[in-house]
Amino acid sequence: MAALAIRDTDVARVLALSGRLDANTIPAVWRDARRALKDAPGKRVVVDAGEVDYCDGAGIALLVDLLRQRAKGEVELANLKPAFATLLQQYDIAVLDHDLDPEPKRRPAVEEIGAITAEVWHDVREQVEFVGETTSAFFYAMRHPSTVRWRDVWVICERVGVDALPIVALISWLLGVILAFQSAIPMKKFGAEIFVADLIGLAMLRELGPLITAILLAGRSGAAFAAEIGTMKVNQEVDALETMGLDPVRFLVTPRIIAALLMMPLLTLFADLVSLLGGAMVLQSFSIPFVTFVHEVEGIVDFSDFMAGFVKTFVFAILVAGIGCLRGLQTSAGASSVGDAATRAVVSGIILLVIVDGIFAVMYFFLDI
Amino acid sequence: MKPGEPIIRVEGLTAGYDDFILLEKISFDVRHGEVFVILGGSGCGKSTLLKHMIGLYEAQAGHVYIDGDDIVTAEGDARKAILRKIGVMYQSGALFGSMTLLENVRLPLEEYTELPDDAIDLIGRMKLELVGLEQFTGHLPAAISGGMQKRAAIARAMALDPTILFLDEPSAGLDPITSASLDALIRRLAESLGVTFVIVTHELASIFAIADRVIMLDKRKKGIIAEGDPRVLRDTSEDPWVRQFFLREPETVVA
Repeated sequence: MAALAIRDTDVARVLALSGRLDANTIPAVWRDARRALKDAPGKRVVVDAGEVDYCDGAGIALLVDLLRQRAKGEVELANLKPAFATLLQQYDIAVLDHDLDPEPKRRPAVEEIGAITAEVWHDVREQVEFVGETTSAFFYAMRHPSTVRWRDVWVICERVGVDALPIVALISWLLGVILAFQSAIPMKKFGAEIFVADLIGLAMLRELGPLITAILLAGRSGAAFAAEIGTMKVNQEVDALETMGLDPVRFLVTPRIIAALLMMPLLTLFADLVSLLGGAMVLQSFSIPFVTFVHEVEGIVDFSDFMAGFVKTFVFAILVAGIGCLRGLQTSAGASSVGDAATRAVVSGIILLVIVDGIFAVMYFFLDI
Repeated sequence: MKPGEPIIRVEGLTAGYDDFILLEKISFDVRHGEVFVILGGSGCGKSTLLKHMIGLYEAQAGHVYIDGDDIVTAEGDARKAILRKIGVMYQSGALFGSMTLLENVRLPLEEYTELPDDAIDLIGRMKLELVGLEQFTGHLPAAISGGMQKRAAIARAMALDPTILFLDEPSAGLDPITSASLDALIRRLAESLGVTFVIVTHELASIFAIADRVIMLDKRKKGIIAEGDPRVLRDTSEDPWVRQFFLREPETVVA
């Protein structure tokens, strides 16, 4: 254990430390010693370390702390054993007294707003640039299919498409069931339950099927792309590609976009089908047989409705995969930046989906589709 | 414990991954206050052995006693008590990327001690000064060079003044001057505080400068092929491979 004895003589106050000074034993001693120093203003203080039989880094820190409390010469250290004295000599107390690397001062609000605006503008520019770069890489790949790493494409297809089937099935089935159930109850009052089939057919095929699949894709694969490429960036794998003269966009982005483009429409078809099944199941409990349901859907949904939803899936695929890859490539360094990249991939992916879906809605309205 | 008494005992340790056995039934002691270096060619299991000694990997057989307690079987608080005595510096530094250097060093002190906040701050700064990073306390690890990250990692490993410090390739990636001052620091800590060092390294200059004793592992024998003072081994070992290692000669010379 560590102990502190305080003795006052005519000329000085003596703080006699003894025992073992380490991180576990010194907290109480530390506080007492500091107080004893403060209580004797103007008086010379001698820290007597003669009885200290062990003193590690924390103990040395205590000595440094006591020595720096007053101006030079007013506190002196006595009787420290040579083994511990060499440890103390490693430090420059003057250096420790100042924070040589202080936190930067917070910027004023106006400057902060300006900086954020510039950042957002920079980000938008980067996104536009990236869209251009990816599009050109994509068309190049289409014209020269042999340059595409197809093996990577199939592996990514499996992860993006096949592995997503269960979650897509679950969510779209649930959506079909909820839509059907919530609308069937009020419609029943008017004896119009059969029109629930129309509602589900149109809503799912035109809007919800593509949108919900795209959101799932953003959450699953967009985030995965960002994390994967982000980790590669942190591990300098992307740098390695570049120094080998290989274009990271061709290597990492193109296969992912092709895979998403192939899988997203298929997943959407699957989602549409499963949600209709969910709706049909609910309507059966409202005494509408399956055949009637199918007939009703066939009657209301025509090919243009189906295409209105289907065309979107390609655009959504490019958006989600592209933004995932972009966020991955923007990763700076460290584990937290990979997390940031994944988060931003999902958030900006969903925001873009909403914006583009709105544009489609306006377009379809004016085209009367 | 007096200098010279064994502080780590490895007994019949078998280490590997599933069916792949890297080291088979190896035993050795590390003595209190010595600088102990684990040597060997690439892939012979140096880092694996180190990770078994700090309880990160589960041993397939055998025991590792640290200050008398077996880290292989210890669980819960007993395990924590053992881990409290050791500090580890990983090959890559393994600093927490979202924390500044000072916060990295402060973390173990905050979690394990009752010290007042400004005392923790002072100790953190002192540890960073010790490795020459006093001007970078507020930097994030990503903002400094790889060698600096390594030094910061050593500072963090020393935060609680452990009795045993495990260093995985401490001087790889450091310039000769920094590397030499690190060697000096290791010797100083070993001599004045009796800190025991277990180091995995390839740096021959560093080995001759700091090591009291070395063991050399071998892939083919799945065990220790030499043990002792590196200077003596270099001059007198009967195993040509061992001499070659210390003389830095290419393998073809033996064949």
